[in-house]
Amino acid sequence: MNKESSQRTAFIIFRILGIIVVSILLWILGFIIYNGMGVISWEFLTAAPAEGMTAGGIFPAIVGTLCLVAGSMIFAFPVGVMSAIYTNEYAGNGWIVKFIRVMTNNLGSIPSIVFGLFGMSLFVNTLGFGDSILAGSLTLGLLALPIVIRTTEEALKAVPSSYRTGSRALGASKLQTISRVILPAAFPNITTGLILSIGRVSGETAPILFTVAAYFLPKLPTGIFDQVMALPYHLYVIATSGTDIEASRPVAYGTALVLIAIVLLMNLLAAFLRRHFSNKWRAER
Amino acid sequence: MIEAKNIDFYYGSFHALKNISMTMEAHTVTAFIGPSGCGKSTFLRLFNRMNDLIDGIRLTGECLVQGANIYGKSVQVDELRKTVGMVFQKPNPFPKSIFENVAYGLRVNNLGDKKFIAQQVEESLIAAALWDEVKDKLKKSAFELSGGQQQRLCIARALAVSPAVLLMDEPASALDPISTSKIEELIHQLKKDYTIVIVTHNMQQAARVSDKTGFFMLGELVEFSETKKMFLNPEKKQTQNYITGRFG
Repeated sequence: MNKESSQRTAFIIFRILGIIVVSILLWILGFIIYNGMGVISWEFLTAAPAEGMTAGGIFPAIVGTLCLVAGSMIFAFPVGVMSAIYTNEYAGNGWIVKFIRVMTNNLGSIPSIVFGLFGMSLFVNTLGFGDSILAGSLTLGLLALPIVIRTTEEALKAVPSSYRTGSRALGASKLQTISRVILPAAFPNITTGLILSIGRVSGETAPILFTVAAYFLPKLPTGIFDQVMALPYHLYVIATSGTDIEASRPVAYGTALVLIAIVLLMNLLAAFLRRHFSNKWRAER
Repeated sequence: MIEAKNIDFYYGSFHALKNISMTMEAHTVTAFIGPSGCGKSTFLRLFNRMNDLIDGIRLTGECLVQGANIYGKSVQVDELRKTVGMVFQKPNPFPKSIFENVAYGLRVNNLGDKKFIAQQVEESLIAAALWDEVKDKLKKSAFELSGGQQQRLCIARALAVSPAVLLMDEPASALDPISTSKIEELIHQLKKDYTIVIVTHNMQQAARVSDKTGFFMLGELVEFSETKKMFLNPEKKQTQNYITGRFG
């Protein structure tokens, strides 16, 4: 085959593969929208489940998921960003840092059910938080931690070292350099980590299974020691072990659609923030 | 003003500076020339202790700025860097507004109130010959400026904290000829108020801007004399070979 035609063949193969991947995604999305759209109504979004979860709404599960996402981020975001600052800016390049990096990556590849069991053993039982938003958020936070750390480290690495030397040469301390120059410059990329972990956290079922999620709890939480329903777990329940699985199928599709919509909305919001902050001083005309 | 006594400097086991002694007078421009890797930038960075940011360095000898040993135990490095400012090879403005770039050194060192900072920013920009070009867009990003303007902004940023010494590490090597000549003109003017040490690859530049020139090679100070003498009638054979372009 000559250069010209091998090039063309390669492109055709790449294009077909690309189209296949995108179509599968669109198909899944379309499938859920098609099946879920029917049950979406104001009531579905704002009422509690009724009649053995075959009717009514999913409001408690929406609130629960939002609580868990917020709770896990309140924990994982500062801890993750600060550990990344430590390993990237302070710790140098010794064996301790390398060890921490390897462990962080390992942490990221642990199956989520293991996090669930760990969370149950530590937060629910040993620390006595019980099945609660606190225990669930901390467990989800642990799960999100490696993602936050890794993306923050990448974001910090992408900041030119000339900013650091420039700032230090003006008599700024290391901490001032980090807080006034490095972090603002890295912020748009750090938000990417936030987006990724929010997406991950809001869809996880296994970690919340033993730490917070309620099978059926039509009232809203009043504090961090309450149990809540959560969208992914609710979906799992009504798809596998509800009172009447056939009758609750539309509710299941509706729940899936709401879950996807929430993740998508958060991604859009974060993308907007990212754009806003990166344009602020980098206005390319 | 600045005095180096028997400086030996190592990066790990690499002997980068070998027994260097040199004195630089106040309100003069001293240029360091020499082939790449000769140690001239390393020597420059001794005077604001920027080498401290590198792991595995070792230094013997004494370094005095305004009579004080800057490697003494009681020296606060951040204070030293206010007295000894630095301009880098590539313009490195921060991703902030033009105003905030110049105000940065004042803010991190808690120098002065809002009014003082505004005044100092204006004076520094005037001193760096940039004020007229940026006075209407102080709130705009520093990245909107051209390379030459960015470098003058970095000079203004260094001047804002009122240093006594200005170290310049090849400040014009990334700039076009017109911007370069502006920077050189600026150096002439700044000499009145500051002691300037400049590292340059460009021998014509050293000849144009400096009062004294030091020629470095392989970590040694080969020759240090009045710039005129150095370029017209060098003492050492190596110096002559280098400035006539026979190697380097």
